[in-house]
Amino acid sequence: MEHKVIESIGISKSFHDPITVKVLSEISFSIQAGEFVSIVGKSGCGKSTLLYILSTMDSNYEGKLYLDGMNMENKVDRERARVRNEKIGFVFQFHYLLNEFNNLQNVMLPGLKLGKFAADKVEHDAYEKLKILGIEDAALKYPNQLSGGQKQRVAIARALINEPLIIMGDEPTGNLDKKNSDNVFNIFKELAEEYHQSLLIVTHDMDFAANTQRTITMEDGKIISHG
Amino acid sequence: MKVKLIARISMALLTARLRQTIVAASGVTFSITMFISLLSFMGGLNDLLDNLILNRTPHVRLYNEVLPTRIQPIAGSTYYSGAYHFVRHVKPKNQLLEIRNSDAIIKALKKDPNVRGVAPKNMVPIFYNIGAIYLTGVINGIDVDAENKLFTFQDYVVEGKSSDLKNIPNSIILGIGAARKMLVQIGDNIQITTSSGERFPLKVVGFYQSGIEEADKVQSYTTLSTSQKILGKPVSYVTDIQIKLFDILMAPLLAKRYNSVFGAEAIDIQTANAQFNTGSSVRTLISYAVGITLLIVAGFGIYNILNMMIYEKMDSIAILKATGFSGRDVNAIFITIALTIGLVGGALGLIFGFGLSALIGEIPFNSSSLPTVKTYPINYNPKFYLIGAVFSIITTYLAGYFPSRKASRIDPVDIIRGK
Ligand SMILES: Nc1ncnc2c1ncn2[C@@H]1O[C@H](COP(=O)(O)OP(=O)(O)O)[C@@H](O)[C@H]1O
Ligand SMILES: [Mg+2]
Repeated sequence: MEHKVIESIGISKSFHDPITVKVLSEISFSIQAGEFVSIVGKSGCGKSTLLYILSTMDSNYEGKLYLDGMNMENKVDRERARVRNEKIGFVFQFHYLLNEFNNLQNVMLPGLKLGKFAADKVEHDAYEKLKILGIEDAALKYPNQLSGGQKQRVAIARALINEPLIIMGDEPTGNLDKKNSDNVFNIFKELAEEYHQSLLIVTHDMDFAANTQRTITMEDGKIISHG
Repeated sequence: MKVKLIARISMALLTARLRQTIVAASGVTFSITMFISLLSFMGGLNDLLDNLILNRTPHVRLYNEVLPTRIQPIAGSTYYSGAYHFVRHVKPKNQLLEIRNSDAIIKALKKDPNVRGVAPKNMVPIFYNIGAIYLTGVINGIDVDAENKLFTFQDYVVEGKSSDLKNIPNSIILGIGAARKMLVQIGDNIQITTSSGERFPLKVVGFYQSGIEEADKVQSYTTLSTSQKILGKPVSYVTDIQIKLFDILMAPLLAKRYNSVFGAEAIDIQTANAQFNTGSSVRTLISYAVGITLLIVAGFGIYNILNMMIYEKMDSIAILKATGFSGRDVNAIFITIALTIGLVGGALGLIFGFGLSALIGEIPFNSSSLPTVKTYPINYNPKFYLIGAVFSIITTYLAGYFPSRKASRIDPVDIIRGK
C-alpha cells in the first residue's frame, strides 16, 4: 500500500534581503512511507532551506506541502509546532542538545511535550531509544560530557522518541569523523531496514548518499534528479 | 502535565544562571523590604501624629459662637424688603456661649445609636496670675470619667492622677508649659482671674502634656462644676458638647443634623482638622511613590536578566521550537522564570520587611512632647503586605512580558542556520 509521508507540490521560496533571490523554484517530489532518501547538491543550492520548509519551521513559501496527507497551508504556529513534535524528528549538523538537561532528559523533552504518555513511560521509552543507539551508559551524563559522535546519537534518540512519521537530517554527519559518520549512517540504515523508519537526509557525503535507497539531486534551487 | 513540563524547563534555565537569578531576586527582595518598612513606619508615624490630634478631638463638637443675630430688625420691615440692608445695629448678646438646654441635648445624644459617648465641657478663658503678670489661658471644665473614656485623658496627665480632680475640691490639672512658667509643684495653690475680673484660687493636683506645645502653655483642666463655680454659673451651664461616634465618617452628616435639631453650631472633625488629613495623605503618597519606584527599579533588573538569559539561550529556544514547543510554550517558560524571581524575591521581601519594621519598632524613641510613646511607631497593616505582594507580581510580570514575547518570536531557522 502506497502512503506518502511527504508531498511537495511546486514549492518556491525567495529571499528579499537585500535583493530578491529565488532560492527554491517549483520543487515537487514525494517520499513514501519507509523510504530512506538522501538529498545532495552543491553548497548553497537550497537543501537546508528546503528542509526547513518540509519540517514546518519555515512557513514563508509558495506552493503546497502535505505531511502525512495533511495540508500545511494556513496552519498557525501552535499547530505547526504540534506537527513537528508529533510527526518529525530532526537531526542537525551541530547536535543542539540542551546543556541544562542530562541526555536522558534531552531525549524525553519532546515526549513530555507530546503528553501522550505518562512521564515514567516516556522515561522508559527514552532509555530504550538510547539503548538502540548504544549510548544508554551516557543517559545520566550531560551533553557537554560527550564526544561529537555520542551527542549526535543522543540527538537521533531524541528524534525517535515520539515514533515520528519521518526523520529529517541536515548534514547530520557533516561534523563527524569517518568512523563516527559511518556509525551514524549505519544507525540510519538499521532504522530504515529494521523499523521501516522513513528518513530524509541532506548530505555532502557521496558515499553516504550512494548507500541510501534513493538520492534526490538539487542544483540552483531545482531538483535535477529524483534518483 | 504541561504546566509541570514548562515549570521544569524554567527551573532548569533558572538554575543554570543561579547567580544572576539570585541578584535579580534580591533586587525584588530589597525593594519589597524597603516598601514594607517604609509604609509600616510612615503608617505608624501617621497614626501617631493623627492620634495626637484625633484622639483628643471630638468627632462632632456642639458649641455656640459669638455671632450677631442673623436676622436684623430691618429685615422684618416690608417697606425695605427689596432694598440692601446696611443698617445692622443689634450686637451679639452676652451669654451666647452657653448651649441652651444642654441637659436635654446630652440626654438625646446618649440615646442616639450613632453616638459612642458624650462629654460636656466648659471652655473658660482666664488669666494665670504669676506674681505681677497675667498669662492668658483656658480652663477646660470636664466630666473626668467621660473624658477618660472618650479621650484617654489620663494618658496625658504626666504627673498626678486625673481622678484627684474629682476628689479634691477646687483643684486643677495644669498644662505642663503653663506650670513651668509658674514654677509650681503638685500641691501648690495658684490664682486665676476670670475675664470678668474675679480672682479664684485653685489647687494643683497634676500636670497635663498633650504633645502640642502651644496647647500645653495655655490649656488646663478642672471639673465641670469647678468651672461653673469660677464663672458663677448654674450647673446647667455648658459651652461645648463633645461627641464621639462609632463611625467617624458619619461626622459631617450628623454635624449637619445636630445643628438643625439642637440649634447649636456643630463642627465635624473632618472640617475642623482638614490639614491633618492632608498631611497624612501626602506622607502616605510619598511612601507609596518611593516604594513603587524601588519596585520599578527591581523590575528593570528582572528585565535585564531575562533579556540576557534569552540572548544566551537562543540555541536552547531554537531547539525547543524545532522539537515541537510552540511560541506560546516558550513565552510561558520565560514568564514562569520572571514570576519565580518575583515570587521568591517578593516573599522574602515581605518576611524581611516584617523583620525590619519589627526592628525599627524596637528602637527607643523618647520625645518629651509624646509622653505615651516609648519606641518608634510601626503600623503592621496587612494591607501593606498585600500591596507589596501584588505589586511585586505585577512588576515582575511586566518586566518579563517583553523579553518573553521576544523569546517566543525567535525564529529557530535563523538560529539553526547559524546566523
Ligand atoms: N536568511 C537568508 N537571507 C538571504 N539569503 C539566504 C538566507 N538564507 C539562505 N540564503 C541563501 O539561500 C541559498 C540557499 O541556502 P541553503 O539552503 O542554506 O543552501 P545549502 O543548505 O544547500 O547549502 C544560499 O545562496 C544562501 O546564501
Ligand atoms: Mg545547508
